[in-house]
Amino acid sequence: MPSDDPVVDQASRPPMTHGPDAAGRFGVYGGRFVPEALMAALDELDIAYRAAICDPTFTQEFDHLQRTYTGRPNPVTDATRLSEHAGGARILLKREDLNHTGSHKINNVLGQALLTKRMGKTRVIAETGAGQHGVATATAAALMGLECVVYMGAEDTRRQALNVARMELLGATVVPVDAGSQTLKDAINEAMRDWVTNVDSTHYLLGTVAGPAPFPEMVRHFHAVIGTEAKEQTLELAGRLPDVVAACVGGGSNAIGIFHAFRDDADVALYGFEAGGDGIESGRHAAKLSVGSSGVLHGARSYLLQDEEGQTIESHSISAGLDYPSVGPEHAWLRDSGRANYESVTDAEAMDAFALLCRTEGIIPAIESAHAVAGAIRVGKRLGPAGLILVNLSGRGDKDVATAAKWFGLVTDDEQKQGSS
Amino acid sequence: MSVLAETFAAARADNRAALIAYLPAGFPSPVDCVPVLAAMVENGVDAVEIGLPYSDPLMDGPVIQSAVEGSLRAGTRVADVMKTVAGVAGTGAPTLVMSYWNPIERYGVDRFATELAGAGGVGVITPDLTPEESQEWTRATDEQGIDRVFLVAPSSTDARLAKVAGACNGFVYAASTMGVTGARTSLSSGARGLVERVRGVTNLPVCVGVGVSNAAQASEVASYADGVIVGSAFVKALAEADSPAQGAAAAAKLAADLAAGVRAGRRHA
Repeated sequence: MPSDDPVVDQASRPPMTHGPDAAGRFGVYGGRFVPEALMAALDELDIAYRAAICDPTFTQEFDHLQRTYTGRPNPVTDATRLSEHAGGARILLKREDLNHTGSHKINNVLGQALLTKRMGKTRVIAETGAGQHGVATATAAALMGLECVVYMGAEDTRRQALNVARMELLGATVVPVDAGSQTLKDAINEAMRDWVTNVDSTHYLLGTVAGPAPFPEMVRHFHAVIGTEAKEQTLELAGRLPDVVAACVGGGSNAIGIFHAFRDDADVALYGFEAGGDGIESGRHAAKLSVGSSGVLHGARSYLLQDEEGQTIESHSISAGLDYPSVGPEHAWLRDSGRANYESVTDAEAMDAFALLCRTEGIIPAIESAHAVAGAIRVGKRLGPAGLILVNLSGRGDKDVATAAKWFGLVTDDEQKQGSS
Repeated sequence: MSVLAETFAAARADNRAALIAYLPAGFPSPVDCVPVLAAMVENGVDAVEIGLPYSDPLMDGPVIQSAVEGSLRAGTRVADVMKTVAGVAGTGAPTLVMSYWNPIERYGVDRFATELAGAGGVGVITPDLTPEESQEWTRATDEQGIDRVFLVAPSSTDARLAKVAGACNGFVYAASTMGVTGARTSLSSGARGLVERVRGVTNLPVCVGVGVSNAAQASEVASYADGVIVGSAFVKALAEADSPAQGAAAAAKLAADLAAGVRAGRRHA
């Protein structure tokens, strides 16, 4: 029989000004809206997480992996030629694209995989959109000898076939999800169903700062290294704090990861750029913080694309990683409080920035990250040459070469089909 | 005494468990939903749950997911759910709504509770709302005299069972197994233990759902629970039928079988 509710040590919680509170809420956002069957597992996770981050054995192992496996610290690069296209503002790129597996996702995954072992669980499940989180999870599972199942929308398995192959090479089982819109939202539904069924043996290795408490806080913690490193590196390179920190926002993990270290620096403006798709007015976008409304999806209250009766509206973006109708609850809180600004970047603007970064800096970014670059160029034109902008380049674009080649007309549809068959 | 309490009292007086059936509103079609449920009530269903179709039903297995998607495609709205409740309540069977939380919050908790009471609905089951997040909902349902039913699971600690049962009225919904809705070939032995643990913390009736699909399983559950909840099996019978008439007949027959099951269960106990 399960034991009684454990008591969580209130003293181990972070200061309230950074959220969340003891109920896992960031203001009115966050919380836990889940089937009762998962409440025990969330309590177990909460306790294991809080104990782990205070345990030197855990933190040393995590730090060791970050240095010897992920390749941290990754550098900050001065994008001098790009800056000419951004009103002359100085642009610094935090190079999460240089991490093992090609994006920031590995930070959180290694932390949660270590935690999975610590909890005595043997199986991890994950959702993935672009495939970056799935690849990172499959990688950590292989490294630590855990069984791994990744749920991926059937539409996304077609858009990101290369990442499906990578996950399978790493020993993971990829399950295409045919329900609903066949994208990230439906993959999360299916992962939650698996978790409810197999919660004794399985940890749900959620890939972003969304979901029920303690996921938003825990995933932030494992990604906070991005901002901690970048702040120090920016001071070293520029001798001062940036005027603006910019990141793309899908679920919001890379943005929270770089924002967190700057939360108390009132002179540093935080900018999140969400996917504007075909444009806000087209209705085909993923700009929940710009035009969404408060609601509950996937276990937490946050901003959401929904109709007037609370049915989720499908999102659209050229970037599978940003193609999600909700967002982590901390972003909703940062938005309402005015601490962070959120704007949208269309597919076309993102692809222009993608091309520009390739040609000016020799860096092929993930299309997700290209949204942040586009946003930085926009903000740079407002700031002018005195401006200093730190951009989280959250991932590299190897996975997006086929999409980009098609967008820029470098291959025909027929050639693409032949290439992928 | 509430309508729901009367139903459980009557079943208890009859030395049996109550039979509770679920269908999503708008299924098998907008016009057939109420007549099919009426036929099920005619054949022994004691109380009805009307599912509010939702785009992201993460507690539901493939059978109900598919039915709900079809209902949403057919254009089912909250107003249609309320009309369905009114239609089924007209048969005299206590009628509840089963809804994920976001549609209720978005519609407005007071508006939802008021319209449901107006339609003759007696309660709401919320599979993804926990007592911790339910202050507004508690106030709104209390004001309208609507019963609130939360779920407990085999993984719930004793402290949580007390908390969840304390937040319920009408009955406590015990999920028989860890997992989503849908038929199981055999029922988890954990269900009986869970019901016993819930009885240790509340005097409310305890009903068991998730995975109960045939008369034998209904009979087994009826030997220890106050109510047996069946959903996916009805949905499957209707989804597999060749015509609306055949579907209605299959659902009515399943209702009769299950009603016999809940009666057999208690006599053997």
